[in-house]
Order: sequence, then structure tokens, then C-alpha cells
Amino acid sequence: MKRLATAFVSGCVFALGLGISGMTQPSKVVGFLDFFGHWDPSLAFVMIGANAFYFIAWRLIVRRPAPLFSPRFVVPWRTAIDRPLLAGAAIFGAGWGLGGFCPGPAIASLASGSGTVILFVLAMVAGMYLHVLIVYPLGDTRAAQHGDLAVPAGDS
Amino acid sequence: MENFTPVSSLIGGLMIGLAAAGLLLCTGQVAGISGIVAGVLRPVKNDVAWRVWFIAGMLAGGIALRLYLPHAFTFTLARSAGAIALAGLLVGFGTRLGNGCTSGHGVCGVSRLSPRSITATLTFIAAGAAVVYIVNHWFGGYV
Repeated sequence: MKRLATAFVSGCVFALGLGISGMTQPSKVVGFLDFFGHWDPSLAFVMIGANAFYFIAWRLIVRRPAPLFSPRFVVPWRTAIDRPLLAGAAIFGAGWGLGGFCPGPAIASLASGSGTVILFVLAMVAGMYLHVLIVYPLGDTRAAQHGDLAVPAGDS
Repeated sequence: MENFTPVSSLIGGLMIGLAAAGLLLCTGQVAGISGIVAGVLRPVKNDVAWRVWFIAGMLAGGIALRLYLPHAFTFTLARSAGAIALAGLLVGFGTRLGNGCTSGHGVCGVSRLSPRSITATLTFIAAGAAVVYIVNHWFGGYV
């Protein structure tokens, strides 16, 4: 119960942070990526703020034997810099530059009721299903078993 | 640089870091939005409810923004519906193939100094910059 409540509060603060930082405005994202035009460095300041906080918090929090309301920490288990990582990041980046949305701001922006955002999120969900259809049959069994980026730390 | 907002962007960024740290401390989970969404679409037993509540929280935060900071949802890009749909497809597929997006790799992974996440972050920024260059300089800003 507390676990779910804190997940809700965390999602809420995350969305507020995205909105206040300007990242729910695709023009600010594209402005950052426009290094050879009217460059807007705001996104770098968002990253500095978020990374500075999490850099310290991560080191303090993972010293604990366990999280507050859950039996264990679930951390990313992949470490290889491989072709799926590079291709996936490049494909994601292309879509990010094209639409100005990444997943977080798109989800938070659903609250605006904008048809553009709804179209983007539906297409994003379709893209995620497309990945399941194409990549899982190729034999990434560990990902197929565990779903997504993280498995319980003890299992890896 | 006429739209540069260093103060609000830094404050918002700190809030994003706080939210991600809170999720880690309370639930032990990494705040990667694409992974959280994908875990709902392809559910694994006992690993769905927290994701749904996190997303519900994001929508609640979005509603608060709509009420108190409606400017946050300004959309001024010149993009056709086809471009938006293609962008969404690429973002959905790419974040799953590369196991993360701006939050999972760019915030949580880079903070852990994960070489994998740092590589992914540099790659998606470079790819995004290349597409923005093509859109703005070859297509006059409208696709």
C-alpha cells in the first residue's frame, strides 16, 4: 500500500518537474537539439539538476540493505555496450528530434488532452509492441522472461 | 538563446531527480519512464501495480500543470500528424531496443556513471541533433 502510494507521489513530482523545467514543450527539446541554429541550453540545466540530485541520492540510498517498502532494490543488469543499445538509442533519438517528445513528457502531457500528444503516445505504444513482435522471437530470453530493463539485483 | 530558462529548468530538473530518488528509496525501482510503461504493456506477475500508480501520479501531475501552469503544454512545433506518428513509433521501438530513454539512461544511468547509459545518452542526443538539423535546415522546419 505504502509502496503504491509512494509510486504515485513520485510520478506526480516527476511530471511537475518535467512541466516546470520546460520539457513538456517540444519546442524546448528541439531547441536544445538545434546545436547549429537558435540553440536553447535549457535541457542541459534540467539534466544537471536531475543528475546532481540523483548522483548523490543513489549513493546514499543503495547503501541500505533494502528499500523502505519493498524487499529489494531492482537495478539494471545489462552492462554491455552492444548493437541493440546503439541502434535503439539512435532510433529513439531520431524520434525524439522529430517529435520533440520523449516518453516522460509525452505521458505527463496526456493531461492536456491534446490530439497531438494522444497520437504520439498511441504510436509510441505501438512501437513498443512492435519491438516485442520483432525482437523477442529472436531469442532475448532473459528480457522475455523479466519484461524490461531491470531484474531483482540478486538474480543477476 | 531567446527561450533560455536556466532557473526553472534547474529547479524542474532537481524535482525530477528528487522524484526518481524517492521511487528508488521507497520501492527500489529505477525511474525509467519507457521501461515503466513497457512493463504495463507486457505485464510480469507482481510487477504491474506500482507502474500503474506511478503513471497515474504522472497524469495527476499533468492535471495540476494544466490547472496551474497551462503554459507547460505549449506546442509550437510545425509537425504533420504523419511526422508525430512516425516520431512516436521510433521513440517506442527505440527505447525498448536500447532499454531506456531520457530518464532511465539520461538521468538514472548517467548518475550511476554507467558506461552503457552514458553511451546511450550521447547517441540519442547526437541522433536527435542530426534529425533536427535535417528538419530545420533541409525542410525549413516543417515535416
